[in-house]
Amino acid sequence: MSDQPAFEVKNVAKYYGDVHALDGVTLKAEQGKIFGLLGPNGAGKTTLVRMLSTLSEPDRGSVRVLGIDAIAHPNEVRNVIGLAGQFAAVDEYLTGQENINMVGKLYHLPSRVIKQRSKELLERLDLAKAANRVVHTYSGGMRRRLDLGASLVGRPKILFLDEPTTGLDPRTRLDLWKIMRELVAEGTSILLTTQYLEEADELADMIAVIDRGKVIAQGTSNHLKAMLGGDVVEFELHKIGQQEEALKAVGSIAKKKPIVSEDGLTITVPVNDGSKSLMAIVRELDRAKIEPVALALHRPSLDDVFLTITGTKASAVAKAPKPKRGRGAPS
Amino acid sequence: MSVGKAIFYQVSDTWEITKRNLYRYLRLPRLIFFSSVQPIMFLVLFNFVFGGAIGAGTAIPGGKYINYLLPGILTQMIMFGGMQTGIGLARDMSSGIIDRFRSLPMSRGAVLAGRAFADTIRNIFVAIIMLVVGTLLGFRFHAGYLDGLAMVLVILAWGFAFSWIAAFLGMFTGDEETAQLASFVIIFPLVFASAAFVPIQTMPHWLQKFAANQPVTFATNAARSLALGTPSNGAVWKLLLWIAGILIVFIPLAVYNYRRRA
Repeated sequence: MSDQPAFEVKNVAKYYGDVHALDGVTLKAEQGKIFGLLGPNGAGKTTLVRMLSTLSEPDRGSVRVLGIDAIAHPNEVRNVIGLAGQFAAVDEYLTGQENINMVGKLYHLPSRVIKQRSKELLERLDLAKAANRVVHTYSGGMRRRLDLGASLVGRPKILFLDEPTTGLDPRTRLDLWKIMRELVAEGTSILLTTQYLEEADELADMIAVIDRGKVIAQGTSNHLKAMLGGDVVEFELHKIGQQEEALKAVGSIAKKKPIVSEDGLTITVPVNDGSKSLMAIVRELDRAKIEPVALALHRPSLDDVFLTITGTKASAVAKAPKPKRGRGAPS
Repeated sequence: MSVGKAIFYQVSDTWEITKRNLYRYLRLPRLIFFSSVQPIMFLVLFNFVFGGAIGAGTAIPGGKYINYLLPGILTQMIMFGGMQTGIGLARDMSSGIIDRFRSLPMSRGAVLAGRAFADTIRNIFVAIIMLVVGTLLGFRFHAGYLDGLAMVLVILAWGFAFSWIAAFLGMFTGDEETAQLASFVIIFPLVFASAAFVPIQTMPHWLQKFAANQPVTFATNAARSLALGTPSNGAVWKLLLWIAGILIVFIPLAVYNYRRRA
C-alpha cells in the first residue's frame, strides 16, 4: 500500500439524468499530501468525494483508494478512510463524547482504544469542556470540529474533507487549517474540496480545478498562479503629469511592463510577491513624492482562474479583474 | 472475516444504533410526554365516543367495549410507533448522518435494524401505558397473564415487522414528510378495514373479503383471543406468517435502498 497513490480516479463519469455531474475525470494524488479540489458550487466536487468515500458508484471509470478498488471492495476502503464535510454529520441528541464513541464502535475498535483516542481528539479539537454536552447545544463551528473528530477516530490513512470550512468564521477556519497541517505532518493524506482559491493555495500541495464535471486545470499552486499571471498592484494618479515619474519609480519592481489605462491615470503593475511588492511600490512612490488617489493589491481569485482558463465566469459576479481594463491601451 | 465475527459485528453495530436512537427519545422529554398522551387519548376517546354505540352490539366477555377495543387500539398505536422508523430514517438521511454511517466499515443493515429495535423498545412503553390506562377503564386479561404477555409480544412483533415496511418507505422516499404520508396511506386502510374497532361482519361483502385476510385483522384477532380467551381461528399463526413474510420481503428491500441511496 505504501507506494500506491492516496487515491486515483480514471475517466470517471456520473450522470443524474441530463446533468453530467462528472464527465470523464482523471486524477491521482500522492500519499502524505493535501490534494486540493477547487471549484464553484455544482462543479462536481461532492460527487467525486462521494465516490471516493464509497457512498456512490460512478457510471463509468475506475476509483481506487490506496490501490483498493472502491467499487469492488468498498468495505476495505471504508477501513482506511475518514469523511467529514460541510454538513456536520453528527447526532444532535448525543453528547460530543457519545458521538465519538459511537463512531469508534462502528469502526470496531476496542473500547480501550476508543477511550484514549476520544480523549485525545476532544482535547485537540478544543471540545474537551463540551464533551458531555448534547450536540444540540453546540455552535456551528463546534459541530464542524466534532464532525472532523468523528472522522478521525478510525485513524484514517486518507481523509476526505468536503468543503470543511464553508460558512465558518475566520478563527474556526484557521483552527481547521492548523489541524489539517498537523494531520499531514503525521502522515495522513487529505483530499480537500473548497471554493476558495486562498484556501487551496494555503494548504494544498497539488490543486485540481474542476468545473461542470471536468478538470480544467491541474498543478501546484505556483503553477496555477503562473497561468494566471499572478498578483498585480494598481494605483491611480492625481494628474497625468506624474505618469512618467511613477512608471520610472515602479520599473524595478514590476515583473512585466506596467499597463497604463486609457486616461493615463491608472497604472497596473504585475508583481511577483504581492504584499512585499506593494510595500516596495509605496516606498518608491513616496520617495518620488507621488501620493496616489487609490492604491490596491489584487490577487487572482477563483473568478480569475475561471476567466483565464475557460473564458467564462464561475459565478455571475460583475467584478472583472482590473488588469483587463488596461489591455490594449497605449503604454 | 469469519462468520462468527461477522455476526458479532452485526449485533454490536445494531446495538450501537439502537442505543443512539434510544438516547434521542430520552433527551426529548416533550416527545416522551406526547407519545404517552397520544395512546391514552385514543383509548379514552374511542372507548367513550364509540363504546356506547358499538359496544352494545358486540358479544364480548365481560360485556365491556374496552375489552374489545384495547387490542385494536393497541395494534394501531404499535403501528404508529413502527411508522416512526421510516420517518426517523428519512430524517437521518437528510441530516447527512446516514452518509457518515455508509462511509464506515459497519454492517449494512445495522442502521435500519437499530432504528427498528429502538422503536420496538419504545412500543413496549406504549403497550404498558395502554394496559395501565385500559385496566383503569375496565380492561381485564381473561385468559391469564401468560396469554396476556403473549398478546403483548405478538403485537410488538407485528410492530417490528411494520417498522421494516416503514424503513423501506423512509429509505425509498428519502423525505420525512413523504415517508409519514406514505405510512398513513398504508396504516389507515389496514386499521379501519379490519377487525380493530368493529366486527367485520358489518362491512359490505367486498370489503369483508379484504378485511378478513389482511394482517391487522389477524393481529387484533390474535390479540383478542390471547387477552380474552376467545377462539383465535388460527389468527396467531396467520399473523406470524404475515410477520415472517413481511420481514423476508421488506428487510432486503429496505437494506437495498439504504445501500443504493446515492
